[in-house]
Amino acid sequence: MPEIDEASVRAESRAWLEANWSPDLGLVEWRHKLAQSGWGVPHWPARWYGRDLPVGLVPVVEEEFRRIGAIGVAKVGIRTLAAATILEHGTDLQKEKFLLRILTGEDIWCQLFSEPGSGSDVAGAVTRAEFRGNQWVVNGQKVWTTSAHKADWGLLLARTDWEQKKHQGLSYFILDMKQPGVTVQPLRQMNGYASFNQVFFTDAKVEPEFLVSEVGNGWAVTTTTLMHERRGADGLRSWAIASDRPGRIYDEEREEIRTTMEPYKWYPQRAGRVDLIMERARATGKISDPVLRQEIARVLVMSKAAEWTARRARTAQEQGRPQGPEGSLGKLASSIIARAAARVHTSLLGADALLTGDDTPMNGLLAEILVSVPATSIAGGTDEIQRNIISERVLKMPRERTGDTDKPFKDVPRNTVA
Amino acid sequence: MKFGFSGEQEEFRSNLRRLLASRSPTKEVRRLMETEAGYEPGGWRAINAELGLTAVRIPEAYGGYGFGFGEQCIVLEEMGRVLLCAPFFATAVLAAGAILNAGTEAQKAALLPGIAAGDTTATLAWVEDNGNWDAEGTALAASETAGGTVLNGHKTYVVDGHTADLIVVLARAPQGLSLFTVNGTADGLTRRSLKSMDPTRKFARLEFNGVAATPLGTVGGGAAPFARTMVEAAVCLANEMVGGADRLREDALAYAMMRMQFGKPIASFQSMKHKQADMLLEVELAKSAAYYAAASLDEGDADAVANAHLAKACASDTYMQTAIHAVQIHGGIGFTWDNDTHLWFKRAKSSEVLLGDASHHRELMMRHWPA
Repeated sequence: MPEIDEASVRAESRAWLEANWSPDLGLVEWRHKLAQSGWGVPHWPARWYGRDLPVGLVPVVEEEFRRIGAIGVAKVGIRTLAAATILEHGTDLQKEKFLLRILTGEDIWCQLFSEPGSGSDVAGAVTRAEFRGNQWVVNGQKVWTTSAHKADWGLLLARTDWEQKKHQGLSYFILDMKQPGVTVQPLRQMNGYASFNQVFFTDAKVEPEFLVSEVGNGWAVTTTTLMHERRGADGLRSWAIASDRPGRIYDEEREEIRTTMEPYKWYPQRAGRVDLIMERARATGKISDPVLRQEIARVLVMSKAAEWTARRARTAQEQGRPQGPEGSLGKLASSIIARAAARVHTSLLGADALLTGDDTPMNGLLAEILVSVPATSIAGGTDEIQRNIISERVLKMPRERTGDTDKPFKDVPRNTVA
Repeated sequence: MKFGFSGEQEEFRSNLRRLLASRSPTKEVRRLMETEAGYEPGGWRAINAELGLTAVRIPEAYGGYGFGFGEQCIVLEEMGRVLLCAPFFATAVLAAGAILNAGTEAQKAALLPGIAAGDTTATLAWVEDNGNWDAEGTALAASETAGGTVLNGHKTYVVDGHTADLIVVLARAPQGLSLFTVNGTADGLTRRSLKSMDPTRKFARLEFNGVAATPLGTVGGGAAPFARTMVEAAVCLANEMVGGADRLREDALAYAMMRMQFGKPIASFQSMKHKQADMLLEVELAKSAAYYAAASLDEGDADAVANAHLAKACASDTYMQTAIHAVQIHGGIGFTWDNDTHLWFKRAKSSEVLLGDASHHRELMMRHWPA
């Protein structure tokens, strides 16, 4: 067997791409070729569309893709989390049924974890799955589900045993979203967008073979999904960048990115748009207001210091040194910065802060900051949860005693959901 | 080295931390802060001889080690942690900085080796009764006489000004702002030790009555080197401050873990945990700013001046806020003289004001912010 190294991987992937890549192919058609060749996800197992390549060599393959301008497998959205979870915990049948269509982008996925009664406390889910006759029957409600209205499949966390303690009574399923028992309603946010949905289950069905892992092991599987989410699944926190090249396949990819990223188009505004502050202060002449200058300076100080703190954390990671406390602070810092930036943008807007949309500067973008910033300190773990994590995991302060893990979940006091 | 220290730097820091912890426990700080000088010349000379601290940033040509601000700021951060009572900031940052920035080759060769070796203590006298931290408030006059240049006027808030062997003075000559050196025991110089709120950092008021002075560099050319020295001093002080802030934070955390109320450690209360999380966030941010500003000076970045003011503004707010939280976490005992928290609280307050407070530096940062 020939040795695998950077040179051989580069040569082999380049040869394959030169022989097979064409911008005139259809997007799905091309991704099928990719999946069969193993070059789309080379670090995956050879049996499942990969080539068993060490993760360290993946950038070499990606470089070859960029060199020739080739499009990769579908990566944006929840589908990457689904793939990672199924690869780790799924059965062969599940891998066969789902992985290929995840890679080609033919199936859209959503994540069904959060509930109205369990936000920060995901393991407190009360959506129930009962085995009746020959299948699982699901009843309950999920919330904050991005793309639920378009999704073909959902990753479902549901309670299957109420006699068990909190974390032991959960199971993990793959649920067919296109069935009569599933109703999706958009959830309108305070900034007017509806980027998320509520999902209602009324006797929704799950085939027994779509249980992931074992009954009662749902929390472990959920942890896998969440870990991949925190690791920064591309589609969620960063922007997918579409190529501007001409050609049928690029047109199709642009459309895919446009649709997938649609729910996230206000995300830059929720971070407070610190980048616009100086420009706006100069344009409005308010840069010469000594009080406002102080406020602006406070935001710039925090934002720079937070940026440098993030770089310190990344540098430590890259050098393989143990990460100091600086790595856990970014989320909390960004909430504080976003809030301070929104206050400054309010002053910069002046009376225009009374208005919204195209009656305000920059076609409503600045006004959108003011009503989007509150999401930053809630989404992805509230500030309060972040402070708990920092104090308990970094500073090793005593964990809070919870009242819900020492008894059967049926006896745990919980929210009543209408 | 903007985002991380090298292995050598980390090793330097850990050695220094260990040694300074043994040389400057709070018992020693309390003993020295009650002295008029604020330190003990023999003791300080011994520590400096062992660790070579004043030599760190002085070039090898003048008897130093030739390291950068990165390394000097490690020294300052570690000194800030233990509130080392020594004229280091005045000598190695203010005076040596002014000499390096303004002095001629011959002056550097004459003045710096003594500082590097720890034989000479020195300071920079620039503030007057008006309390201006920049050069604008300078009224002290330099005039030419048959016997040479003489200084008339006063300086105040001079760090370690009552003990320094050598004093660099900012004065107004007919040609414009100028820096001069004056011997600490010169005729016509009256030095009075001021009552410092922070007993670990002493200030003095100096009266100049026809004091003989030697120009440092060109007469009339003092503005630029002085301004540069202030920028560097802001970065150095910011690094000293984050060392103290981190120590306060750690001590408050240790106390919260051990203090029992209502049958459990107060560290188990969420109000305490969230306060500690906020303290960690603020201190880590201030550390990043201080480290980055030091590296910016070493690398000669275009935005080094803005970064210096940013770091000082951040450190001023953070150190003081951390000190307020630390007293609060200690509760009643934190307000007592016997508890050590007030030593750092006072250093935080003194450092907040020295070289200008946070608002002052935010304004300067805005003026130097890249377009």
